[in-house]
Amino acid sequence: MLQDKDRIFTNIYGWQEAGLTAAKKRGDWDNTKSILALGHDEIIEQMKQSGLRGRGGAGFPTGLKWSFMPKEVTNRPHYLVVNADESEPGTCKDRDILRNEPHKLIEGCVVAGFAMRAHVAYIYIRGEFVNEYKTLQAAVDEAYAAGLLGKNAAGSGWAFDVYVHRGAGAYICGEETALLESLEGKKGQPRLKPPFPAGVGLYGCPTTVNNVESIAVAPTILRRGGSWFASLGKENNTGTKLFCISGHVNTPCNVEEEMGIPLKELLEKHAGGVRGGWNNLLAVIPGGSSTPLMTKDVCETMTMDFDALKAAGTGLGTAGIIVMDKSTDVVRAISRLSYFYKHESCGQCTPCREGTGWMWRMMDRMVRGQAEPHEIDTLYEITKQVEGHTICALGDAAAWPIQGLIKNFRPEIERRIQMYKSVTQAAE
Amino acid sequence: MSIHDLVAEEQPENFEFTAENEAEIIKIIAKYPEGRQASAVMPLLDLAQRQHDNWIPMKAIEVIAEKLGMAKIRVLEVASFYTMFNLKPVGKYFLQLCGTTPCMLRGSDDLSRCIKDKLGITSGQITPDGKFSLLEVECLGACVNAPIIQVNDDFYEDLDYDSTEALIDALSNDMPPPVGSVIKRSGSQAETGATSLSDILGSKSAKPSKKPDAKSKKTAASSAKISGV
Repeated sequence: MLQDKDRIFTNIYGWQEAGLTAAKKRGDWDNTKSILALGHDEIIEQMKQSGLRGRGGAGFPTGLKWSFMPKEVTNRPHYLVVNADESEPGTCKDRDILRNEPHKLIEGCVVAGFAMRAHVAYIYIRGEFVNEYKTLQAAVDEAYAAGLLGKNAAGSGWAFDVYVHRGAGAYICGEETALLESLEGKKGQPRLKPPFPAGVGLYGCPTTVNNVESIAVAPTILRRGGSWFASLGKENNTGTKLFCISGHVNTPCNVEEEMGIPLKELLEKHAGGVRGGWNNLLAVIPGGSSTPLMTKDVCETMTMDFDALKAAGTGLGTAGIIVMDKSTDVVRAISRLSYFYKHESCGQCTPCREGTGWMWRMMDRMVRGQAEPHEIDTLYEITKQVEGHTICALGDAAAWPIQGLIKNFRPEIERRIQMYKSVTQAAE
Repeated sequence: MSIHDLVAEEQPENFEFTAENEAEIIKIIAKYPEGRQASAVMPLLDLAQRQHDNWIPMKAIEVIAEKLGMAKIRVLEVASFYTMFNLKPVGKYFLQLCGTTPCMLRGSDDLSRCIKDKLGITSGQITPDGKFSLLEVECLGACVNAPIIQVNDDFYEDLDYDSTEALIDALSNDMPPPVGSVIKRSGSQAETGATSLSDILGSKSAKPSKKPDAKSKKTAASSAKISGV
């Protein structure tokens, strides 16, 4: 189990104030100037050494991502954009950073922005987080007043501005290019890649989009050294991670733990265990709604890291763990996710715009059993027609939970179809 | 879907930003590079909505288009793309019930039943007196505090049938209860007390509620003005 001395987010539950005075006591903004004095390339090198993989879901190495930014700034300024559009069902970790540890994020913007030779960061925060926005904006204002942002950020000689931009309730804006479109004042519809944002991003300029947690851990990593972070967790899955444990556990919570912690230990130590005991576990969605569910026997020995979950055909994603006990109507639980994706499809690509509707309507019938057994295969086929055939990953994200359901709970779907048939035949 | 399904039938004849908001708009536009003022479209729509009883009339869309040098249709398509922009009136207390799976697993069906029992409305409906309206929304991003209802700007968390009933009663009397967890959890820590951080903060693992400074924090946050940026 992770020791408190290695925890980065010491105010994650909001026991102390979010503001600058308390944040400084927690170690934030401690000689930020000396971090910047490392230079652009050494900061990136330390981040590479830390092994940090992006905390927004894809798990791409953060240091490597930063290194994709051009080394020379031309007439196109560089931008850092922070993705605070946290909307993946099961995920609520960035909210805690925004409301309780905003200065870690703002300081992270300065060091990350400097590393990639940017002078401006935009933080795109989901619109529903109104109170979190107020706290964050107040923290930004404080940082300006204290000289930590502005023409000579933290006395480093580097000019740095942070602006907070509120979204307005569109899950798709968590996709990085949709977020950039939205920030430019358009509908949030993803762009074709390439070009990638590091070449052509916000306003056509070199841009890196990072998740809140990835940026907020950067100052601590740079203070304690990349090797410290790399010493935690497992190889290729290093460091600490905020886990969100929701659903059928006795005490749902967020907690910072070591990467690679066994799922069972995580649930029992921090979330009071599965409601009704471990043997009452039906399934777990390990990394936000887009990741396929795992049955109890897989959960038994699973560790919570990118590689182990990927090998099991699912993913760590955002580490939003949704626990379902045996009382769960698992077909409905997944059907509700299908509705979510139908609602959130931006409508740009036909396979997703039409496919998410088809999938949801079929899932809705499967909940009642109002289907023919061969339609399970038809549904699976549709998920395969959507998956991989869209500009962004929303189509995949809509397909995977259904594929996971069919793979693991096909007999349950068939049972319902039989049940529906027998009930309706009896009525006739 | 035609435009008539999308926007309110009865529209005001005019819309003007208040002088205070006009000053705010100048500050908002300054946050984006020159010539990129279209970036301000979402903050301006939000500002218009806040000024106009939580919904955006068509005239406001025209005013914003004019201000930002955008075609009206570009502003309207942004306004209609994002769930949070209301193009029709909503209740004084706009209840946004999260119904996505993590909330569903923790009993959001009970909340929706309670709202139906108490107010007689389902998703998309408004009470005849205009005091309450309900919309079932997608994941609000507070899953470990599920189930959740957002009332205007504020989250009410860890609800069940009875506490939802109490919430509606309080709102009916225009006495909104304290925001956040209705079972008084401190943020996202476990209900029975945090399982980490006891070393660093000298806090006991059973820490049921916020420290006293939580109150001053709330006040500070409330005084920070929402500018929509």
